[in-house]
Amino acid sequence: MSAVLEATPIATTLPPEAETRVTLVRVLKSEWIKFRSLRSTYWTLAAGIVLTVGFGALLCWAMLDHFNQLHADERASFNPTDHSLRGYYLAQMAIGVLGVLMFTGEYSTGMIRATVSAVPKRLPVLWAKALVFGAATWVVGTLSALAAFFIGQAIFSSKHLGASFGDPGVPRAVFGLGLYLTAIGLIAVGLGALLRNTAAGIASLFGLLLVLPLLVEALPSSWQSDISPYLPGAAGAALFTLHGDPGQLSPWVGFGVLCIYVVAALVGGAAVLRRRDA
Amino acid sequence: MIEAVGLTKRYGPKTAVEDLSFTVRPGIVTGFLGPNGAGKSTTMRMLLGLDAPTAGHATVNGRRYADHPAPLREVGAMLEARAVHTGRSAWNHLAALAATHGLPMRRVDEVVDLVGLHEVARKRAGAFSLGMGQRLGIASALLGDPATVILDEPVNGLDPEGILWIRNLMKSLAAEGRTVLVSSHLMSEMALTAEHLIVVGRGRLIADTSVAEFTSRASVGQAVRVRTPDSVRLGELLREQPGVVVTPDQDSADVFDVSGADSEQIGRLAALNQLVLFELTPHQASLEEAFMELTKDAVEYQTGTARTGTAQRTADERVKETAA
Repeated sequence: MSAVLEATPIATTLPPEAETRVTLVRVLKSEWIKFRSLRSTYWTLAAGIVLTVGFGALLCWAMLDHFNQLHADERASFNPTDHSLRGYYLAQMAIGVLGVLMFTGEYSTGMIRATVSAVPKRLPVLWAKALVFGAATWVVGTLSALAAFFIGQAIFSSKHLGASFGDPGVPRAVFGLGLYLTAIGLIAVGLGALLRNTAAGIASLFGLLLVLPLLVEALPSSWQSDISPYLPGAAGAALFTLHGDPGQLSPWVGFGVLCIYVVAALVGGAAVLRRRDA
Repeated sequence: MIEAVGLTKRYGPKTAVEDLSFTVRPGIVTGFLGPNGAGKSTTMRMLLGLDAPTAGHATVNGRRYADHPAPLREVGAMLEARAVHTGRSAWNHLAALAATHGLPMRRVDEVVDLVGLHEVARKRAGAFSLGMGQRLGIASALLGDPATVILDEPVNGLDPEGILWIRNLMKSLAAEGRTVLVSSHLMSEMALTAEHLIVVGRGRLIADTSVAEFTSRASVGQAVRVRTPDSVRLGELLREQPGVVVTPDQDSADVFDVSGADSEQIGRLAALNQLVLFELTPHQASLEEAFMELTKDAVEYQTGTARTGTAQRTADERVKETAA
C-alpha cells in the first residue's frame, strides 16, 4: 500500500448529477452486487440445495428399504411426491438464515450506515433486498425441488412406487415448494429488518416454523384444529403436499395465508427501517 | 455548506446533543472539536439523516440530506465506526455504493487508486488494518465527487505517512471549494489542518471561532507544572482558589498542571500549608489546555454558579475522558 503523499485532485469523470439519481433499479443492482459478493451467499444456497435434494433422496432410500415392512395404513398414507420433497424441512432453515442475514449482516458490521447514507429514503433498500433474495431463492428452490422430485422418483421406480411429473397435482407441489421456500426467505428478510439482530431474527423464524406448531399441539384439540392450519409452515405445506394432514387448507388458500405472513414481516421491517436510527 | 439549526438529540433521559446551531462554510477545513462523548458523532449522524433529531434540523447544500435525489454527489461521509461488511472486498463494497447512483465502475477504480488501496482492493475488508479501513472509508466518501465532505476522526489509526496524506487531502479538498467538516478530539491535529473551529462539550456549542483567534486566546494563558508528594492535598487547596484549573498528569500521580495561578501563588499556598514542592515550572498553555479551559467554561456557564466543586469535578472527569 503506497501512500499518495501529494493529495491528487479528485478526477471529475462522472456523469452530470441529474443523471445519477438514486432509483429502485439502481438500488436493485447495488443489492445484487452485495448479494453475489459474499461467500455466505454461496455456502448457504448450496446448503439449501444439498439439504433439499440430498436429504430428500436419503429419505426416499430409507422408505424404499422399509416399504415392505410398513403397515397397510402407513402404505396408504405414503405419497411418493410428498416423500421426495421432504428435504425442504431442513432447507428452509438454511434459506431462512440467509434471509435474516440480508439485513442483520449489515447491522452487525455497520454496513447499514453506508447503505442508508447512499439510499436515505431507506425503503428502496428493503424492496431491493426482498426482490434480489426472493428471486434467488425462487430459482434455487424451484431447481432443488425439481431435482429432489426426479431423483426421488428414480429411487422409487425400482419398486414401481414412483410418481410421474404428469400425475395430478405433482407440478403444483413441485413448483409450489419453490414458492414456499421463497416465501419463507421473504419472511426471514422482513424479520431481519424488523429485529436488526441475527440471533433474534433466526430464533424468531425458527420459533415461527418449528416451535409454534409444537406449542399449538399442547392446546385443547378443538383449538388446535382452528389454529394449526393457519401457522405459516402448515399453511405453506398445503401448497406442496398431495397427501397432507386432515384439516389442511386448500393449496392456494394455504399459500395465500403464508403470503399474509410475508406481507406482515415486510411491513413490520419497513416500519422499523424507516423510523429507527440506523 | 452545512447548516445545523437547534439540533437536539435525546436518548431517553440522556441528552447527547442540545440545541446545537452552526454553519460550515465551503472553501475551508472546519474542525469539529470536542472531547470524546461530546456529541460529535451523533451530530454527524444527524447531518446524514442516520439519526433523526429530537428537535431542530440540519441541511447540507441547502436541503435535508434525505431530500437530495443523489445524496452521494452532495455529501461524502466517513463515520468513525466502520461502515463496511467484513465479508466483502473493498472493490465490491465501493461498487455496491456506486451502483445506487448509477456511477460508472471506473469511478471505483479511481477512488481506490486515490486512497492507495489498489493492491488490496480485492481482499476482504474484514482483514484490513485500521489504517486501510480508514482509507476505504475515505474512498467511499469521495466516490460521488461530493461538494461537502464529512470525516469523523479520519486520522485515527493512521501511520504518520497516512496522517500527512489525510491532512493534505483535506486541504486540497477545501482548496477546490468544497465544504470540509472534520471531527477530532485532538486540538493539536485541528491546529494543523483546520481554519475554523466548532467546539462542542457535553452536546452544546462552546465556541464557533477561527483557529487563529482560538490559538491567540490560548497563548494568553500561562500554566505551571507542579511536582509534589502532596499532590492530592495541594490540588484540593488550589481548586478552592477562584479561577484555578488543575489538570492531573497522565503519567505521574505527583505531577499536575495548574492554570489560573502563577508559580508565586502556588509556592505561597504550599508554604502556608506546609506542603513540600519538588518542582514549579511555568510554561505556555498548550492548545489542548486551552481547549480544556474552554470546555470547562461551558460547564460553568451551564450550571450558572461560581466555580463549584461539582463543576470542577466534571471538568476533571472530562480531562480523564480525553486522556483515555
